Amino acid sequence: MPDAFDLDRPLRLHPQVSVRPEPFGALLYHFGTRKLSFLKNRTLLQVVESLPDHPSARAACAAAGVDDARMPQFGSALGTLERSQMLVERTA
Amino acid sequence: MTLLDPPRTLAALETAQEPALVRPVPAAPVKTERLVDLFEYGLDAPICLTWELTYACNLSCVHCLSSSGRRDPRELSTDEAKAVIDELQRMQVFYVNIGGGEPTVRSDFWELLDYATAHDVGVKFSTNGVKLTPERAAMLAENSYVDVQISLDGATAEVNDFVRGPGSYDTALTAMQNLHDAGMKDFKLSVVCTRQNIPQLDEFKAIADRYGAQLRLTRLRPSGRGADVWDELHPLPEQQRELFDWLVAHDGEVLTGDSFFHLSAYGQELSGLNLCGAGRVVCLIDPVGDVYACPFAIHDEFLAGNVRSEGGFQRVWQQSELFQRLREPQSGGACASCNFYDTCKGGCMAAKFFTGLPLDGPDPECVQGYGEELLKNRKPKQEAIPKPTGDHSHRTERGPRRDGKPVRDGLGPVIQLKRGGDLAAMPVSDCDENPLAGFGIERLPATSSAGGSLIGRNLLGGSAAGPSVGGCACSGEASAPAHAGAHGGCGC
Repeated sequence: MPDAFDLDRPLRLHPQVSVRPEPFGALLYHFGTRKLSFLKNRTLLQVVESLPDHPSARAACAAAGVDDARMPQFGSALGTLERSQMLVERTA
Repeated sequence: MTLLDPPRTLAALETAQEPALVRPVPAAPVKTERLVDLFEYGLDAPICLTWELTYACNLSCVHCLSSSGRRDPRELSTDEAKAVIDELQRMQVFYVNIGGGEPTVRSDFWELLDYATAHDVGVKFSTNGVKLTPERAAMLAENSYVDVQISLDGATAEVNDFVRGPGSYDTALTAMQNLHDAGMKDFKLSVVCTRQNIPQLDEFKAIADRYGAQLRLTRLRPSGRGADVWDELHPLPEQQRELFDWLVAHDGEVLTGDSFFHLSAYGQELSGLNLCGAGRVVCLIDPVGDVYACPFAIHDEFLAGNVRSEGGFQRVWQQSELFQRLREPQSGGACASCNFYDTCKGGCMAAKFFTGLPLDGPDPECVQGYGEELLKNRKPKQEAIPKPTGDHSHRTERGPRRDGKPVRDGLGPVIQLKRGGDLAAMPVSDCDENPLAGFGIERLPATSSAGGSLIGRNLLGGSAAGPSVGGCACSGEASAPAHAGAHGGCGC
């Protein structure tokens, strides 16, 4: 298992990633790695898009209405996105 | 339930060859929404869009899915093509598969390629390699938005040139060498699986590895000219099993265009979406701007509209009556009671259509054998089988010269007459009996039983008049050396 994802860091989308909303959620495409991800949930899309507005991923999730019970699930999804370079850590 | 599917490469998505991660782990008792279920209702824009830029081609492959050869005078102009690219950018179609015909023979091909990649539309283009000089290869290797797919249908010249034409094997390998030398990584080596090349799967893999390419295997469909040769070329039932086992053994190493989902009825789901994506996640724009549900379905029945019409491509994709219909839940029809329906979904729509089988029944290559039964019992061919819309095949007869002199050999497009006889009999090594030995010319008697039904028929649709245009129809300057090599002294 990969290390647990640290939700308390500031994140953003990689600049080469494009987001296409779809009825079921969204598609993310990374022009650098040529990888595609499917977000299967509109809330996750909202979280991903609002990351730059929040001091941490946790705050972005909370603002999108993710409660503590569901936080690990979202942390896991964001971790997957970070490992594939869809998300990168924001420097201050 | 998972919130996202792990990222995958686009090539892998098109083919969806990913390890088990592709499918979310079922989280009972909550009903899991598989991607395939979400996709059945369609997307705001396609994921895999194929765009055939031209029907013109320097080759005349006998199984060409788009019956290509000659340019269509109504072809989209450079400006119209750029307008389509603008629209794809607005719709966020991240990536487009460009094909043809041979797309690189369009004089504005490189311009359109640059235009697309400058507008956030990545390009993977399919080519026989004819224009991939070392200079072009270097240019392509520098553009990270571009991927190249070289078509090769035999791991040896004999097997490849049998369907793709003399010289095409050497052209493809030269192109791969040039790409490799230019430092291009992971370009694709694309193979249509046939009865003749299934025994060569390991060799294809070795060729791909040699050039740092990734192997892509796809299914032969009875589309375009493929309908004329399907009976002869499509894999035999035992070869389907061989192919399936090979795919399972090489899971994750080979791309498939998600084209073998009918094989999952062997009992194990292959990696991939295992879904007919026609009109849901894929579609085709043809050279004149017509939009079809899938690249293998060039027929009025599957024509959704044209990009030149009001509202452009977006309106066709989002509102056409045909695509709306394809996005409705499909009934399993005759397949509904089959245990494997959930994985194979009845197979390929185009394969059924062009073999004259009902769309809501089994695939002609159904591995449970239901397709074979139906094929045996269908009406006589002429009645049952729809013909593709439009045929841009090269004409096989050249008109007389104005000055009355004989028409010379070695000019113009490569014109291919189909050889009769089976592969075991090739290459034709001895032309003593007749300079056209082995070619399917009407006046020659069939020399072998396999494929005998095709002897006497020019697969490119013309009258079998090859011999009258300069003695032998295997002309074409590019192909001359290979031709000589392949046929020994046939004297032309």
